[in-house]
Order: sequence, then structure tokens, then C-alpha cells
Amino acid sequence: MGDIPPQIEALIEMMARLPGLGPRSARRAVLHLIGKRELLMTPLATAMAEVARSVQNCTRCGNIGTDMLCPICASDRRATGEICVVEDVSDLWAMERGGAFKGRYHVLGGTLSALDAVGPEELRIPQLVARIPEENVTEVILALNATVDGQTTAHYIADALEATGAQVTSLAQGVPIGGELDYLDDGTIGAALKARKRF
Amino acid sequence: MDWRDEGVLLSMRKHGESAAIIEVFTPAHGRHAGVVRGGGGRRMAPILQPGNQLSLDWRARLEDHIGAFTVEPLRARAPALMADRAALAGLSATCALLSFSLPEREPHAAFYSASIALFDRLGEPGWEVDYLRWEMQLLDEMGYGLDLATCAVTGSRDDLAYVSPKTGRAVSRKGAGEYAPRLLKLPEVLMGQGPASAVEIAQGLTLTGHFLANRLVPELGRRTLPEARQRLVDTLARQSARPSDTR
Repeated sequence: MGDIPPQIEALIEMMARLPGLGPRSARRAVLHLIGKRELLMTPLATAMAEVARSVQNCTRCGNIGTDMLCPICASDRRATGEICVVEDVSDLWAMERGGAFKGRYHVLGGTLSALDAVGPEELRIPQLVARIPEENVTEVILALNATVDGQTTAHYIADALEATGAQVTSLAQGVPIGGELDYLDDGTIGAALKARKRF
Repeated sequence: MDWRDEGVLLSMRKHGESAAIIEVFTPAHGRHAGVVRGGGGRRMAPILQPGNQLSLDWRARLEDHIGAFTVEPLRARAPALMADRAALAGLSATCALLSFSLPEREPHAAFYSASIALFDRLGEPGWEVDYLRWEMQLLDEMGYGLDLATCAVTGSRDDLAYVSPKTGRAVSRKGAGEYAPRLLKLPEVLMGQGPASAVEIAQGLTLTGHFLANRLVPELGRRTLPEARQRLVDTLARQSARPSDTR
């Protein structure tokens, strides 16, 4: 691509590293940005520079924020005595989108994995245990993925929290809203049947 | 190049945005890796869980290419075990040890059958004994089988109670004499059939763990056994300390 100035070529290469973009779509995105320089490109660059300067992990829960404490941890209204444990920030955002949970969160930063040699010390489990007495937590909700690694981690956390006296619960598993039985896998149907409730 | 076989999924890692690289254990092609297009997506997530049995179609342009799998589920094991912490730990340890130990693309048909039998037993009463015996088979399959037929000192077949940590041969109580504290305990369950106590299971896992760690690990050029195995040992120890625990 000898005709493209090196600065623009570098921008295309950086954009192509983003999820959902390849070299071709990155080129289109860059051309679009250049076409709307004042309206889009400059504000985007400013916003990105600002976030890059200020973003940090919440020292308490591991969420992403711009202060030492994220807005959820900083809010007294979220101190309900419940902590929802999630694998990463995208799961926290998914829970917040639902709006059903009013307590605080704890982001582990992954799950135990035999393959990737991720052990308990790589996750933020000791910090979670320390939060139970500090914040008078009565219930810990394990909102981890229904995968082998996710549930292995859930069992490990349940063991680690045993001595704290907090009640440990986990999300239900079964038929999703809008789900059709015909399209569900055997495992989900089995889990849903096990967790059936009086109608 | 292409073949069709069945296999059990050992591991899955995402590759790019939507694909996955899986590792399976098959009867005719041994431990084999390949790409699953779309395997990183939501639709495939329940299928590509460790321990699940799959119908596999592998294609590659050349034999030594990683190739691509087309997979169909045959049997989902993981969902049934997710609520049972010890069985789930057993599943993870089995998959991790298979992935860790087996050479790539080398058939181990008999050991495949033994492994499938273990997977089918996980979570049922007494599965821990089957796991222990499976680890003995794994050592045997890898060329480090223990010789528990006769005492290495006296040649007797009776009262075998120890195993030499150096030779892997059984030693009788009489033959051990004052060296007994330096030897590994041989639980009775490894000499016969039937159920075993938690103490015997722990002794058995210490025995197999010693040879896995001191024979197999150096041979493979690794430092330690997969963490999943130690988590299983810890889980079983905790469970035996809390006999009322049913989770």
C-alpha cells in the first residue's frame, strides 16, 4: 500500500486490531473518519485520549472507572449487603443493563483454568474474602458462566467463603427468555428440568 | 486429508473472533487438535465443553496441518456434573492429564475406552476409585507402570503394603523393615476390587502423583502436573473432612 501515507497506514493497522474489524473494514472506518474529521474524528481522538489518561480499575471491586472507586462502589445506595461475583467487566455491564441487581459487584478477572494455568492467586479471590467482613456482606451471588471453568471457580469461591458466614448463592440455569426447547442443547434442558419450580 | 471419528473434548481456546482451537482424544487418532470455525460463538459454547463426546470430521490440505473440525454433539457430560464439585474437579483433572500426557496424533485405543469408562462413571458412587485406577492405567500407558505383583525384596506375593519411590515396585511389610517410612504406602484398594475409604484414595493419589510428578513430568519437559489434578486432590480431602457435604 505504497500510496497511503505512513501515518494513515499506521492508523489502519491499529484499527484492524480492534474486535470486529479486519484490514479491509479498518480501511473503510479510517476513510469514514477522515471524511468526517471535525464531526467524528477529532471528538473521537479527544475522547480516547481522555479515557486513556483517566481509566483505572476500581480498587475495591475491579470494575473499570475513572476514580479509585467506581460509581457503584462509591454509592451508599448500593451497600445492600449483597455482592455479585462476575468473571469480567463485560459481565458486570450485562448485569447492570438488566437493572435487576441493586447491590455491589466483584470482578474476578477470569476463571480458574487448567489449560491456561490460571490459579486462585491470579484471580481476585482473596480480595473478595476480605470484603465480606469489611462491608457486612450477607449474601454473595455467584454469577459465573455455566461452563466447566466457570463452575469450578464457583465451587472454589464457595469453599473460600465458607468461614465468612455469608450466604453463597448462584444464578439459576435453564431456558432463556424467548428460548425454544427445540433449539436448546441437552444439558440446558436437563438443568432446567432439575431446577423446575411450582407453577 | 480427512477422517471421521468420535472423541472426547479435552480443551477449547478461542482463536480470533469467532473460531476456536479444540483438542480432542479419539480412539483412532489419539490426541488431536483442530480449528472449529464458529467455535468461539454462543451457539457452540454448550457443545465445546471439556468432557463432552463429539462426532468429529477433520479436514486439512496436508497431513501435518492443524486442519479444521466439523463437530456434532454425541453426549454432553459437563452439564450433569456442574453441581457436583468433586466430580467436576475429576472431570477437569482427567481432561487436563490427558491433554498434558498424551503425545499428539498417536492412537491409544484401549486407553481411550478406559477413559470413556471413567468419564461415564464420574459423579456416581465410588467414582474416586475408578479415577485412581485410571491414573494407574495412565502411568502404564505412558511407560511408567507400577509393578505391584510381587515384593521387590522377598519375592513374596503376600502382605504387599508399600511401593518403592525409586523403582515403582511393591514391597511387603516384612521386606520393608526399617525402610518403611521412606516408602510410599500401597493402599489395599489398588491390590483388589471394591470400595475404598477416603484415606485409601488419598494414599493412592499420593502414590500415583509421585510417579506422575517424578517420572512423567520430567520426561515431558514440564515443571509440574496440571493444577486441575491438585485441585481434585484438595477437593477430595475437603470432602472427606466434611462427610455431610453433598454439593
